[in-house]
Amino acid sequence: MNPALELTAVRKSFGGVPAVRDVTISLAAGERRLLLGPNGAGKTTLFNLITGDLARDAGSIRLFGREISRMRPDRRVHLGLARTYQVITLFSGDSLAHNLALALLGLSRSRWNPLSPLSGRGEIWERAHALLERFGLLPLADRPLAFTSYGEQRRVEIAMALAQEPRVLLLDEPYAGLSREERRDVQAVLKEVPREVTVVMIEHDLDVALSFAEKITVLHQGAVLIEGTRAEVVADPRVQEVYLGA
Amino acid sequence: MRRHLPGAAGAALLLLPAFLPFEYYVNISTQILIAAIFALSLNLLVGYAGLVSLGHAAYLGASAYLTAWLASHRGFGHLAASLAAIALTTALAAVFGALSLRAEGLGFLMITLALGQILWGLAYRWVPVTGGDNGLSGLSRPRPLGFDLTSANSFYLFALAVFACAFVLIALFVRSPLGAGVRGARDQPRRMQALGFHVWRIRFFTFVFAGFWAAVAGVLYVDYNQFISPHVLSLTNSAEVLLMVIAGGAGTLLGPLAGAAVVVIVKNVASAYVARWVMLLGAVFVFIVIFVPEGLVPGLRRLRGRAA
Repeated sequence: MNPALELTAVRKSFGGVPAVRDVTISLAAGERRLLLGPNGAGKTTLFNLITGDLARDAGSIRLFGREISRMRPDRRVHLGLARTYQVITLFSGDSLAHNLALALLGLSRSRWNPLSPLSGRGEIWERAHALLERFGLLPLADRPLAFTSYGEQRRVEIAMALAQEPRVLLLDEPYAGLSREERRDVQAVLKEVPREVTVVMIEHDLDVALSFAEKITVLHQGAVLIEGTRAEVVADPRVQEVYLGA
Repeated sequence: MRRHLPGAAGAALLLLPAFLPFEYYVNISTQILIAAIFALSLNLLVGYAGLVSLGHAAYLGASAYLTAWLASHRGFGHLAASLAAIALTTALAAVFGALSLRAEGLGFLMITLALGQILWGLAYRWVPVTGGDNGLSGLSRPRPLGFDLTSANSFYLFALAVFACAFVLIALFVRSPLGAGVRGARDQPRRMQALGFHVWRIRFFTFVFAGFWAAVAGVLYVDYNQFISPHVLSLTNSAEVLLMVIAGGAGTLLGPLAGAAVVVIVKNVASAYVARWVMLLGAVFVFIVIFVPEGLVPGLRRLRGRAA
């Protein structure tokens, strides 16, 4: 069986400065993987290469056996790739329900419909409201996103990614900037991710992240430093040196 | 019932000029409607797609020239000339859109400006086809389904019917799923890509749709004036329609109509009484930018909400 996501010798430089250096990673379907590394290790760049926000210089990126490295970002999404961003980028002037509706519309053929009103597409709104209810956001459905808390926006962002029914989900620091209560909320939301979905998470909060991942990849200066189980990674002296500063 | 009152009042106000005995004011109203269709089309780009163009007169002008040339030099009937002009101009918008959308922001603005200026230069220099400085004249008004449009009132009704079509279809477009995609691509293009939308294609479709409605306005323009000169393709004309959109309220449906009314009235009516009418137009825009920076329609809505 093909791995869900497979990166082989992926390379990316910015103006001659290498950001990702020959990274090779393979993830099985349904796997939970944590990407660790100090700032500037190339974690978000790697996400951007996988989603197509950035073009890779060399190497291969395969999604369920299919080469996607030359594919447009939106095509990759249609193959089952979804992501969240480190900095929340949502539609702040629109309601929570509208944000969810856009996420649902993105994979629907009706996104090209230029005539029938979006407000009349009952099935989209029903699904948007159902998702909001699942994530405890239904009472805020009609509120503009700008008038919600940071934690609520994070939950909306994850709900939007899940609305896309992804097969591979990339989460870029989902707990960043959240209070203790908000972290708990997001943790509960992430538990809702179906088991068959492959999840890769970048996270600095080791308490929550280590309980989530089965396997950890540590990046350092754009290259894979070590890959292994929690115990293996935590015990490795190189990790303590570059990441924990020991 | 009360909900429909403003709409009914607006429709009555738009119908009123058709029955006025003052030809001058009826003609001003017709010019407002033609300018409003033109501004509605640019509003698709500026207001909904977030793409500021300084070359939109290219489509109004190309369509007007094509209608005039096909009718006067190629023996086309009014309907055939108009339909062919709209189709060819929409195709031109597709080509210009493919070129312009290679860039965003200032780059996009500069490419649209350059393409518009190329057409303007062509209108001046390609004398055998465009008549050069003299333009093309001696045209007549159409007779759709046998209706005589020579009187100011009948032509106003014709323009109003076309405006109503444009308004309804553009309103449907912006409220459709594709319209939501256009606004999403304006606000968060990267996020839209991550949601599975093809941002470039959405913008391209909007560009072509905007070109189509500018072409419709161009046909009306030449039918109304029965004359066409390179001025219609000028940068001034592109800037003027951009001012209409911004002054009225970009990204609103009624904004372009309000903006077109302000510009056409100041240009035509105020210029009869005030020698320095361009200064007056400038003063009006300064007033709008200071007191209702979001444009007349959303600004007045805000002020009304504050008063209530």
